[in-house]
Amino acid sequence: MRIINRRPSRFSGFFLAAIPFIAVVVVYMIASRQRLAENPADKLLPSFQSMGSAFWRMAFEPDRRSGDYLLWLDTLDSLWRLGIGMAIATALALVIGLLIGFIPHVRSALAPFVATFSLIPPITILPILFIVFGLGEAAKVALIVAGTAPVMIRSTAQAVMTIPREMIIKAETLGASVWQMLTRLVLPQTLPGLINSIRLALVPAWIFLISAEAIASTTGLGYRIFLVRRYLAMDVILPYVIWITLLAFILDRLLLVISRRAFPWFHLNGESL
Amino acid sequence: MSAPDPQVPPQVVVRNLGKSYGDTLVLERVNLEIAPNSFCTIVGASGCGKSTFLRMLLSQEAPTRGSILVDGEPLPREPTPDRGIVFQRYSVFSHLTVEDNLLLAAEFEASPAIGRLFGAARRTAMQEIEETLEKIGLAPARKRYPSQLSGGMQQRLAIAQALLKKPKILLLDEPFGALDPGIRADMHELLDQLWKELGMTVFMVTHDINEAFKLGTRMLVFDKTRHDPHAPDRYGATITYDLPLNAGAKGRAPPVSELFANPKQPLHKGTRP
Repeated sequence: MRIINRRPSRFSGFFLAAIPFIAVVVVYMIASRQRLAENPADKLLPSFQSMGSAFWRMAFEPDRRSGDYLLWLDTLDSLWRLGIGMAIATALALVIGLLIGFIPHVRSALAPFVATFSLIPPITILPILFIVFGLGEAAKVALIVAGTAPVMIRSTAQAVMTIPREMIIKAETLGASVWQMLTRLVLPQTLPGLINSIRLALVPAWIFLISAEAIASTTGLGYRIFLVRRYLAMDVILPYVIWITLLAFILDRLLLVISRRAFPWFHLNGESL
Repeated sequence: MSAPDPQVPPQVVVRNLGKSYGDTLVLERVNLEIAPNSFCTIVGASGCGKSTFLRMLLSQEAPTRGSILVDGEPLPREPTPDRGIVFQRYSVFSHLTVEDNLLLAAEFEASPAIGRLFGAARRTAMQEIEETLEKIGLAPARKRYPSQLSGGMQQRLAIAQALLKKPKILLLDEPFGALDPGIRADMHELLDQLWKELGMTVFMVTHDINEAFKLGTRMLVFDKTRHDPHAPDRYGATITYDLPLNAGAKGRAPPVSELFANPKQPLHKGTRP
């Protein structure tokens, strides 16, 4: 049988998926052991034990100076910034994106502006945001919004424009007003696409969050890893990176589950990643 | 002959209608008078402008020249509830279940602010669509989404939905083009029954000449009467045959080959070889 027609069973699929992960862990362990054998004080490739104890310290032992449980404090602050930023970006995408997609005059007025704005590399306006909003929370949230909203607006508008014209005309012949079409046709047809664009926008959103925290902050996951970098504390950095990855993964899956639950009609045809 | 009964004023009057897209002339010199309660079938080769004609009847597109009058009044400039439409695809709302698709018209009418009914009002509206659901045989599938229905079921839903606002004119754009022959015969029966019951004027574009003969009381053939081999877009199509198809006339209709034989002279209403 050709290889394209051979499908892994559930068990072998799981096993195949695990192989790359296991391989990386094994390679790391070998390399780490070798370096530590030569120099027990080596900081570059810490052992799993020292990473585990560092993670335990960050999570479950109060900080000696401030008395905070740093991992949870960092996680909470970072997720708060990310959440507020994405919420504002989503709201903007909904309002502006729907109007651009549905109403030709708004499209003519705003689409070129949004397209231009979305081409500004967001990180370049970070200094401006720090000057305007100060070094507090607002600048970090504003960076996430500025970095993700334009693309989300464009993809939402695009999603509106791909609604078959036939459906919109059908709604008109059923006596719908523009507002009713927005609420009963355009919005529900666009929401699954919006959730998709949130999932995609979360990737750059994390980048902007970590960057902003690295540059000016006193808490947050990004602040922490850039802080301990000064001491070459790989035993803290690596678990933090894994933790951030895990958070990003959970958020992504959560949004997928929400989309499947809330919009079953959208997921009827075929699997989605 | 198709000369309308002088006692009954025509419902639809088309005068010197023409449509062009840029330099491409699609339709020209279309003149027509349609009596109320006619079942008008429209046939013609691909790209002959029959769907364009239907879209102009729907106000989805504006004529380049000439006019269409319904009951003596010019057509509104956008689709309105007095003209129902069934497309070949995307006629129903993919994000709504069967019953929600049928409820939508009532919800638009009763709830201008959110286009949604709840509680007792919703139950009352639901009772009103019960008979429709039974008649189109979709009562057992009421909770399903359109993509979970067969093509025939989807089109039955689309027809039922198009009739909810009791339109004076029903427009059908190749509604059964994607269906199996057996299902198509069932659909013909349903459509014929609905047309006789509801007393409306039907315009149906079809590729299937047998369907056109079977269902129509009048058949319009669209074709080009003039050809410029160096500029195929210079001349548009017009009505080349206008056949009354009452029981007696059906037997005397010219053979299909002759209908599409590109007559050299435009044939006017009521004159045929």
